[in-house]
Amino acid sequence: MALLDVRGLEVEFDTPEGVVRAVTGLNFSLEPGEALAIVGESGSGKSQMMMAIMGLLAENGRARGSARFQGEELMGMKAAELNRIRGSKIAMIFQDPMTSLNPYLNIETQMVEVLRHHQGMKRSEARAHAVEMLNAVRIPDAEERIRQYPHEYSGGMQQRVMIAMGLLCEPDLLIADEPTTALDVTVQAQIMQLMRELSEKTRMSLIMITHDLAVVAEVADRIMVMYAGEVVETGTADQIFYAPCHPYTQGLLASVPRLDRLDTDDLHAIPGNPPNLLELPDGCRFRERCSQASAACLERPPVWETEDGRSSRCVLRPEGAVMREKAAGAAAEEAE
Amino acid sequence: MSEKSSPAPSVEDAFALAMEPEDVRGRSLWTDAWHRLLKNRAALVSGVIMTLMILAVVFGPWLVPWEADFTDWDHTSAPPSLETGHWFGTDPVGRDILARTLEGGRISLLVGLIATLVSLVIGVGYGAIAGYYGGVTDRIMMRFVDVIYALPFMFFVILLMVVFGRNIILIFVAIGAVNWLDMARIVRGQTLSLKNTEFVEAAQACGVDHRSIIRRHIVPNLLGVVMVYVTLTIPQVILVESFLSFLGLGVQEPMSSWGALINDGAQDMESAPWTLVFPAAFLTVTLYCFNYLGDGMRDALDPKDHV
Amino acid sequence: MRREGLMRHVATRLLGLVPTLLLLITIAFVLIRVAPGGPFDGEVTLPPEVRANLEAKYHLDEPILQQYFRYLGDVVTGDFGPSFRYPDWSVNELIARGFPASATVGGLAILIAFFVGTGIGVFAALRQNTAIDYSLMGVAMLGISVPNFVIAPLLILVLAIYAGWLPAGGWDWSWQSMVLPVLTLALPAVAYIARLTRGSLIEVLHSDYIRTARAKGLAERVVVLRHALKPALLPVISYLGPTAAVMITGSVVIERIYGIPGLGSYFVQGALNRDYTLVMGVVVFYGIIIILLNFVVDLLYAWLDPRIGYEEIR
Repeated sequence: MALLDVRGLEVEFDTPEGVVRAVTGLNFSLEPGEALAIVGESGSGKSQMMMAIMGLLAENGRARGSARFQGEELMGMKAAELNRIRGSKIAMIFQDPMTSLNPYLNIETQMVEVLRHHQGMKRSEARAHAVEMLNAVRIPDAEERIRQYPHEYSGGMQQRVMIAMGLLCEPDLLIADEPTTALDVTVQAQIMQLMRELSEKTRMSLIMITHDLAVVAEVADRIMVMYAGEVVETGTADQIFYAPCHPYTQGLLASVPRLDRLDTDDLHAIPGNPPNLLELPDGCRFRERCSQASAACLERPPVWETEDGRSSRCVLRPEGAVMREKAAGAAAEEAE
Repeated sequence: MSEKSSPAPSVEDAFALAMEPEDVRGRSLWTDAWHRLLKNRAALVSGVIMTLMILAVVFGPWLVPWEADFTDWDHTSAPPSLETGHWFGTDPVGRDILARTLEGGRISLLVGLIATLVSLVIGVGYGAIAGYYGGVTDRIMMRFVDVIYALPFMFFVILLMVVFGRNIILIFVAIGAVNWLDMARIVRGQTLSLKNTEFVEAAQACGVDHRSIIRRHIVPNLLGVVMVYVTLTIPQVILVESFLSFLGLGVQEPMSSWGALINDGAQDMESAPWTLVFPAAFLTVTLYCFNYLGDGMRDALDPKDHV
Repeated sequence: MRREGLMRHVATRLLGLVPTLLLLITIAFVLIRVAPGGPFDGEVTLPPEVRANLEAKYHLDEPILQQYFRYLGDVVTGDFGPSFRYPDWSVNELIARGFPASATVGGLAILIAFFVGTGIGVFAALRQNTAIDYSLMGVAMLGISVPNFVIAPLLILVLAIYAGWLPAGGWDWSWQSMVLPVLTLALPAVAYIARLTRGSLIEVLHSDYIRTARAKGLAERVVVLRHALKPALLPVISYLGPTAAVMITGSVVIERIYGIPGLGSYFVQGALNRDYTLVMGVVVFYGIIIILLNFVVDLLYAWLDPRIGYEEIR
């Protein structure tokens, strides 16, 4: 059984200017032990999707659809119920560790409370456990440093603390929302490595949300590319990096500056801007920026799937792919 | 496929922008803020009431059949009634309370306005200079503010009143001098952040002198923050004035403010409660509305800032 | 490490008190000396020799600067001199007579303001944008807007005169005579603190670290009490200093209305009598109290916020 199975997820926000559709019709599933990277630019809906599943949406947000975790339906669960799962079976870490840790409580308090709340441990036992975990994430002098406050740690160390805090109850799933965006480049790789190592040791699944494809290259098993609230392509890391199907993915990859290809003069960028989520365009949402767009793109594009697990939401059919979702309207290509 | 591209601004454009007295960015901020303010019902209602109050106080005394100091010996300490024409009743000497309240309102609001103006001029000037020049100048000036902040100001004002007599000009100045500190601090903070924006840097790079920069760039952008604090200072100042009047240290007879009226009314509270109730109600409503208006303006300009 | 930083912080703050105190004393001195009319220009005209004697006795014939330094020296040793108006009494004695009543009313008022105010604020914040929230905050705004000399007569009218539960004034150290003055004094502060707390808590509840606390699966009660309350109350604590100052100011009117023989009424009397030493003594005394209170609040804040004490080391 899949660890996490999401079907038809929709997330909307009520704003004074209208209803913002952050996530539309999202489907994906995650297996135990798998590392999934969700990639997209700001506004693609990648973070809001996970917030909706975790019940952490802002007050003006609404979510519909299904998200089954180990068979249990998370959508619509009351907060008290969700609290059983949050922090113990599913852990989440956030983008800026400096603001995500409570500056007024020391690290020990913030870590020990998780263990005492979810596992009813005694304080001494919880403390020992926490120190162990800090060691596992390679915080030096953990025994003394645990009594310190967040601002006494560097950015990279703070993020390690967040990871340690998330792993305390040995969750089945760790969600990392842009974990390295606020950190130095040199630290980024270390943090990614750390997460990978720890998840492999405990067969924990990993969801990494990021806007930076390069950062997840080494660490992800599968990659899901999102644009304007929809999944536009999924595949294994190799498939996505070496043979992307969707023009957006191709554009993203081409935009990564590379030191081994200094012959080009300009930096490649995808022209234009993401669509306004208040007024989404008809048909394919990437149409206005796509170099391969055609008249067919004025209709909602179909979703193609291949046997080796790739999928793409585009009028262009990947090789060997079978249509899974029909496009609205009659201009659909025939399945092979 | 649509492509949006804008040409990079040229040096000429930057120069032109630097010499412009208004900031283009500022204009859209205003419309935004205005809409937010309009949505704030409490502030809106307060604004309407305030306008009515001001109209009543300015034009009212001419519409009421009696002068404020006319003593109607036939109706002393008369309760409010429509027949006698004394809608708010009379005080023990026979003076019409409605007339007195409206006249008192003139003085209270006048003091509020002028004292706030004094506060404004001192506070904005001080804060803008401190914030703009920064460095040691700023530190010294703000240190001075810190030192003064701790002093029990009311007492000094009372002292001033006692020492120099109850001169109305002195009241304006004394109360205004008491309240400029907050304004100065806020203005200084704003100026500091404005100073580091691009258009000011551009102006400096083009050699515009400090005074012009302050006048043309900094001050107009301070307008928003200043408006909020002016609206919040007016009730504070009116309150201080009524305090003084209540203690018998405010405006001299025959002038009378709401504070003095309340003082008088409190003495006849048991026998003629209307002498207390009406001025008190007017004062309260005025302060209430100004506070809500100021609060609403603060929310409109910076929705994050909430008390 | 933090201890040293904190000590340095405390020392800096202490040093900062000195200029404020000096300014306080100087301004009080200047104002009184500049006043037209001296303490002896009362109703009775004194014969010149008596007058000269009195002035010599109170050192009023010395050059101004000398008088200033003499006064400074006296204050530092805690001597405010004799009252001009009531030469049998020293100002110190008068202050000692009036202070206990003022301190009691003020102290109780601050306590009530803090606890009731924060309680209401937290309650409203947790029910943000509901009818209860709006009505509580509306009432609070009223509390801020209505001057205490308006509330007082109304309260007296209702609770003392019509209902007869409490005395209308006077002070006999019974709890009944304390209720109305304390209530009236505390009300504006309760209202302001309620609004401040509510806004502060709402803002804190939107912080990233509260989101983390919820993501950890903690019960909402724990999230609010352990994670949100302390950061939310810090601005309120730093407001306690100015609150005390406002209370002291307000007490002047309260004492007048309720007939409490406290320091505030002595001050007003002294001002009207041109009793130089008394007035200066009270102003300096109150000033010192405010300055000290601000200092203590500052220390409290520094102790509570773990981030303070580090900047100094860097």
